[in-house]
Parts: sequence; C-alpha cells; structure tokens
Amino acid sequence: MTFEVVKPGLLTTIQDLGRPGYFHLGIPEGGAMDRAAMRIANMLVGNPEDAAGLEAVFMGPELTFNEDALVAVAGAKMPVYVDGDERSSWSSFPVKAGQTLKFGYLKTGARIYIAIAGGIDTPPALGSRSTYPIGALGGFEGRALAAGDTVPVGKATAKAKERTLDQSLLAELPKPVELRVLPGLYWHRLTDASQKQFFADEWKVAPEADRMGYRFRGGNPMEFVEREQPFGAGSDPSNIVDGCYSYGSIQIPGGSEPIVLHRDAVSGGGYFTIGAIISADMDLIGQLQPNTPVKFRQVDMASALDARHERNARLEKIRSALS
Amino acid sequence: MKTRYSYGGDEHIFVEMDEEMSLDAFFKSLAMSNAAREANIDGVREICPANASFQVRYDPDVIAPEDMMAKLKELEKKAINAEKRLETRIVEVPVFYQDPWTHECVMRFRERHQDPSGTDLDYAARINGYDSVEAFIEAHHSAPWFVSMVGFVSGLPFLYQLVERDKQIEVPKYLKPRTDTPKQTVGYGGCFSCVYSVRGAGGYQMFGITPMTIFDADQKVSYLKDFMVFFKPGDIVKWKPIDREEYDRILKGVEDGTYTPRIAEVTFDLEDFNTDMDGTNAKLMEALNDV
Repeated sequence: MTFEVVKPGLLTTIQDLGRPGYFHLGIPEGGAMDRAAMRIANMLVGNPEDAAGLEAVFMGPELTFNEDALVAVAGAKMPVYVDGDERSSWSSFPVKAGQTLKFGYLKTGARIYIAIAGGIDTPPALGSRSTYPIGALGGFEGRALAAGDTVPVGKATAKAKERTLDQSLLAELPKPVELRVLPGLYWHRLTDASQKQFFADEWKVAPEADRMGYRFRGGNPMEFVEREQPFGAGSDPSNIVDGCYSYGSIQIPGGSEPIVLHRDAVSGGGYFTIGAIISADMDLIGQLQPNTPVKFRQVDMASALDARHERNARLEKIRSALS
Repeated sequence: MKTRYSYGGDEHIFVEMDEEMSLDAFFKSLAMSNAAREANIDGVREICPANASFQVRYDPDVIAPEDMMAKLKELEKKAINAEKRLETRIVEVPVFYQDPWTHECVMRFRERHQDPSGTDLDYAARINGYDSVEAFIEAHHSAPWFVSMVGFVSGLPFLYQLVERDKQIEVPKYLKPRTDTPKQTVGYGGCFSCVYSVRGAGGYQMFGITPMTIFDADQKVSYLKDFMVFFKPGDIVKWKPIDREEYDRILKGVEDGTYTPRIAEVTFDLEDFNTDMDGTNAKLMEALNDV
C-alpha cells in the first residue's frame, strides 16, 4: 500500500517515538514532538504505539491513497476532510483507494498526527523511521515530504477497526499556558533577583520555535552572578565549557531569550542552562503556536514525578479504552 | 577540580568534573562515564560523555532520581583510580585555511561578530597575540589535538589542543549564533576547535574547511561503511594545511571512494604527556609519519 503526497503542507515529516541511543554522537532522539498524540493516533488504527506516522505543523498535507486504508488524526484542532466530507479527529475512519485526505485551517494547537493502519514503512535508520533533516537521517530520504512523493505503508493488523476516543480522557490545555520547570544545571549562575524574575515574567513563544527548540521572548534579560570565566568557556557570562544538554533544558544565550531544547535538539554546546521543563510538559510545548503567552512555574522533583505519574495513568486509561 | 552534581529535569543527571577545561577533567569524566556504563544500572537510557562533564539519562519510572544520584556518586571514588591511558589512533585531517566558502559565510554574518571590520582569522590572531594570520594558522596546526567530545550535531568532534595552557588559543563564540555554516568548516570557540559535520547553525569562529567527510548517513563514503560517524572521544587529530588544488583532489577522492584518511594506532598516556609534552607529541607524529 502507498499514498501520494499531493501537497506537503508546511513541514510534514515521518515520525515515530524516536531513536534513543545516539545522543552521545550528536544524533538526537527525535520522534513526535507530541508523543501522546502520536501514540493515540496509532492506537486508533490498531497500530503498535511506536509505529511511524506523519507529523504536520500549522498546515495539513494533502494525500491521495492508492488502496483502501484506515486513518486517524490526533493532536492540534484542524478540520479533516476525505474528498470534501468532514471527518472527526481523535477517531479512525476509512479512506478508499483514490480518495484524498485534506485539512482545513488550524484552530488550536500546532501539530497534527496522522496514523495509517499498518504504519509508514520507509526503511528505519538507526532503529527508527523518524526524520532528522539536519543529519539527512530516517523518514523519506532523510527529509520532509515533498509533492510527488510516494510513501509506503505496511500491512494493517487484525486490530485495525474504526474507533473513537472519548475526548474527556484528554488533558485540558492549561490557560494561560504554564510550563513547569525543575531548576538545576547552571541555575546558580543567575542572581537571586534574576531567578525570581524569570518565573514572574510573562514570556511569549517566538517565531523561532521548531523541532530543535522553542525560543521565548518578552521577559527581562538575565543577570549573572559575577565570576572570572573558567578556562575554555569563552568570555560571555552565558558561556560554559561545552557540555551535554538535557532534553527540555532551558539555555539562554547572552542571557536574553530562553530556548527550550526539544526532540531534535543539539546534544550539547557552550551556553549555560538553568534547569529543565519536566517530562510531563514536553508534549504540550509541541502544541504551542508562536506568540502564545507562557509562564514558567517552578516545581520540585516530587511534583515533577507526580505529574509524570498522572500523565502515565491518563495514557493507560486511554489505552484500555481503545484496546 | 570540584565535582558538581545536578538534576536536568526528572530524566537527567548532569555531572560536571570541573568548571574549567583540562585533560585531567576529561579523563575523569571519561572514567566515570565508562564506570557508569559498566555498572549496568537498571533504568539508564543513555550516557553522554562531554569535555569536562557527562550526563546520564534515566527512566524515573524504573529508578528513583535520588537512587540514581547516589549510585553515580559512588562511582566517583572508583573513577579517581582509573588508568589515564588510552589505546587510540591519530588521524591526519587536511584543512584548506582561508578558503572561499567559509570566507563568504564569514562576510555574510559580519553583524553578529565581535569585530565586523575584519575576518574571524584576523580577530582570532589579534586577540591571541599573533603578528599575522599566517603565524596564527601555523600555531593552529603545528601541534596535535585531542577529541574530547562528540556531539552538538551528528558526529561533530570538539578538539582540545595538546600544548601547555599558556600556548592554547582561546576565542569567544559569535555574539549571536549564525543560522548557517558550510559543511566541514573548521571552527573555534572557547578553547575548542571543531569540524562542523553537517551544514547548519553555529556559533564558533570559522578558520577553514576540510574536504574529508566525517558524517555520512547513507554510509557511501569508503571509510564510513562500518558506521556513519567518523570520530570518537579519545581520537587524536593532526591538521594538515592544504591548498585549493589538493582540496579538490581529496574531495574527488572522497566522492569516488579512492581517498582514505591517514591513520596510525597510538597509545596516549596522560601522565607521560604532562611530564613531557614535546616528547609525547613527537612520538605521536612519528607514528603518523610512518604510515
């Protein structure tokens, strides 16, 4: 089975749950920005949760199917059409051979996930089909989809049947958006006043927000605790001897605009980081549009773990509802 | 050296051997990350060694953060006594300094630089006290370098110069990172040289370019058939200055599969190096020249 890409949208890539194990070589884990949405899209069409599907940002692609297929769309709110007839997100529906899947304008969120029963069947690279364009790795020839591409899909399993998710099982988007932060790493480089200010300020998602990182603007510049720069770091107070970066960690080059490192993040570098977004809030970042107001909220490890357990329990409920 | 432990969110532990860079800090970080790997701790997802620090990614559903932290702290004692000796290789990497491609990029991003009126090389030579760019280039390639970290993007090596501290070159990173850097640019930031393995963003000063591919996702390059990434921590590099003609010749050789980098097996012993830098470097060069 295959489908043809009629229009690729803005940046539509093949993604699964990523390729852990190569970060020490600078190759990021990658995979879906919103992992839960990708998993649920797969559950809806009876795929294993780590099957490969599509991630589209801000704008949907236009795809024509060459054989009958079962499809599901999850994630951002965007009208879904099959040959002009509207279909529901968060449910699976059939698409017949020759029919075209299309999307309307984005309403809320930033990224949609499209799963097809059988999963996308491009060759895996280092154990994953996720596209990492910078390294020309995985996905479709290591790049985002383009018009005219013919994408292979695997054989659907016996579990492929129409399903609908009870959307009350999904987490509500917090308003205003709050991202929870566990301070650490080079947090001590900021003055007490700057530490407090970071959490007091209202930030906005900058236009430079992509799979590598989300940049934020609008808050006050950081003030650093004075020191003589250590040998090898470089002279700016935001410079450190190049080290590893944690996923979700917040670096602030020059002390002005925080960048939250995401799925396709660089593995390390020479800018200081002030801590990291907790794992439970990483999916949420992938659904933020530019200009969205955001507050960072300080939490401790116990609350980070509580939030993680809550997220796992919610996913488990969805899993049993859709099995 | 003072070791500092910190959590990076709920999934990472970051261990910094020292705030400043040194080979002692590197060897301790390597020993600790090796010990962490050998300890086979349940829940560990990835271990990433860096220049003077390392990071462990773990699954807090499998092991509690404070238990992971305690286990890593235990390993520190073991790492202190680890041998500071590596069986490794020295690789000759050809560099076309002052090439037209990085020069174009240097000029394109001038407004993000400390000194918009000159080039990265002019600036680096001046702030490091060299009379001319030529003398500075000579200093850059005269002694071997040590790969102390691989990362940033796919297979990018960070290199530390094997000379006394007072002879080491130090330059700041760009004031604002560039959005573009030619593939295989030889860069410099802090006390580290690097080779940009792929085209993309970058904040290091740009000195030249190598025709030698060091990352190939398709693994078509003859010397990357076994693995797509060429460098690993502990590798030793000797830059070899080349001109345009040789650059073109090597580039063609990489493309048609006839080019093989010059490589020799060597032992690097930190204590030997610290006692006699010139002698150790001479031995490394001898091994390379014998190939």
